[in-house]
Amino acid sequence: MKYSQFKAMMAIAKASFRSITRSPSAVVFTLVFPLIFITVFGFLKGGSVTLNVALATHSDQQNSVYMGLISNPAFSVHHDMDSVEQRTLLLKGKLDAIIDIQKVQLDSSSTYDVNLYTTMASAEKGIIVRSMLEHLIDKSNLSAAKIISPMATLKQQELKGRTYSTIDFILPGQLGFSLLSTGVFGTAFVFFNLRQTLVIKRFFATPIRKPYIVMGEALARMVFALLGAAFLITLGHYAFGFTLINGLTTFAEMLFLSAMGLIVFMGFGFVVSGIAKSESTIPPLANIITLPQFLLSGTFFGVENFPTWLQPICKMLPLTYLNDAMRKVAFEGASLLDLGPQLAVIALWGVIIYAIAVKVFRWE
Amino acid sequence: MLYFCNVQTKPIITVKDLQKSYGDFHAVKGISFEVYNGEIFGLLGPNGAGKTTTLEIIETLREKSGGSVMVDGLNIDSQANNIKQIIGVQLQAAGYYPSLSLTELLDLFAGLYNMPINTLEMLSRVGLEDKAKAKFKELSGGQKQRFSIATTLINKPKIIFLDEPTTGLDPQARRNLWDLIREVKAMGTTVVITTHYMDEAEQLCDRVAVMEGGKVIALDTPDTLIDNLVASGFERKKEVKKANLEDVFLSLTGQEWRDE
Repeated sequence: MKYSQFKAMMAIAKASFRSITRSPSAVVFTLVFPLIFITVFGFLKGGSVTLNVALATHSDQQNSVYMGLISNPAFSVHHDMDSVEQRTLLLKGKLDAIIDIQKVQLDSSSTYDVNLYTTMASAEKGIIVRSMLEHLIDKSNLSAAKIISPMATLKQQELKGRTYSTIDFILPGQLGFSLLSTGVFGTAFVFFNLRQTLVIKRFFATPIRKPYIVMGEALARMVFALLGAAFLITLGHYAFGFTLINGLTTFAEMLFLSAMGLIVFMGFGFVVSGIAKSESTIPPLANIITLPQFLLSGTFFGVENFPTWLQPICKMLPLTYLNDAMRKVAFEGASLLDLGPQLAVIALWGVIIYAIAVKVFRWE
Repeated sequence: MLYFCNVQTKPIITVKDLQKSYGDFHAVKGISFEVYNGEIFGLLGPNGAGKTTTLEIIETLREKSGGSVMVDGLNIDSQANNIKQIIGVQLQAAGYYPSLSLTELLDLFAGLYNMPINTLEMLSRVGLEDKAKAKFKELSGGQKQRFSIATTLINKPKIIFLDEPTTGLDPQARRNLWDLIREVKAMGTTVVITTHYMDEAEQLCDRVAVMEGGKVIALDTPDTLIDNLVASGFERKKEVKKANLEDVFLSLTGQEWRDE
């Protein structure tokens, strides 16, 4: 009977897969961490803005500005604090503004002074409070001046788009990062340990050829990572409403992207296992590769939020393109054919990293 | 010596002028020997004599620097993969996936050799049938070595190579392993073993090659080597008693297989 390298490879893949599923760190990196982030962000309420304002203790409450304030759902108006407490919370940014409306009695009529206190601790919301308050005041002034037909009125039309919730942003990022960690850490540790404990040397004494050993190990990691990815996407979809725009097709496209990303990330793992002198140098080396991508590749917030001098770096990292491709596929319904630029950059990284891996990889 | 009669003197391994250098260091300096089909052949010598290097070259795990090696008519230069299919290799400190059970590990090696096996039967051959679900890391030293030998037997090899299999084992475990090695030989498998224990070589090996500093300095049956020495007028300083301290230890503690 002719010796089958394929059978031998599958034997390694099976053994390695069993080994991975029993390794706590693999399970934690691939499933538990992403799951925690997804759960946390999945339960975060996104979308509407709440403005926490307090009404000063001796403020007038019999005026149209105040009425407008409490009837606007964007405002959460607090009455239950004394002035010291209000001031403290404002300075901490827990209150966005304090509003004090005072009636000014003139001879025949009365006007109101609306005093607004905002803070640097909540600068952005302070600006929103200010502009909304100005709007309320303008409205009151218009009606006091009995102007029925104002010069200009705003007519807004909202176009119905798809609701882009936090999970739609977070899940692809977490998935990408999960693939990055399992690809880099998992591969680096496994090959270093196989070499160190002579497992791989024992394999050399059997008729399997070297490339099949690597492929068997890689296949096991691939199957494990893709099962993890399938689980995260499914859970995200059913539990947190993650958008899969074209259903199963999108699901399959995301798995394809996952596989492509993982192959590139495993290349980094091979390089790390090759250049690591001891087991304790693997984590720092692997972190050098994973941490910057964790922070700069749009895992938690979009790349466009970074300062311009940092953007070129963001735009070099492979995870940036994987995350971008994932989001485009899942939310915008882009097909793989539309993702030429992203896939090209990821593939280029693959070529570069495997060229290095072939040079530095050590069998013994 | 009666038990030599079933050993054919047909060579199954032929090593000619084998050399191995690491830079300026010559680990093996042109050694030649033959291993006969069906015998237990010992490579003896102190640490650093070149035993493991020689063994690993024959096992196709290491490149040689010069000379030639034939294994069962196959040339290690051009037919390494064919050789791998007919030999079983136990490494000095082999590791296995730490979290897999013995059954799962044997399945793995069955796949690596493309040789379907009955794992339980294989484990019982080496006295580990109770440990089928145990992990390799949970075994004692002697059990680990017996398991390693089980992995070498999967492909029904013509030759197995054992590199210092009894180093670090207690006397009972060593004797258990010797019995196992004799059983392997009784099945018709040639055994090549390295050791630095002379008593082991004397009890177990049909022929031994004594290595020192990368050279073979003697090669014969243990009996002949001893006879030659005695004939040269050598006498032990101390009167030899009919038993030694190891015999005392074994008779006190028992020699049966124990769960180490």
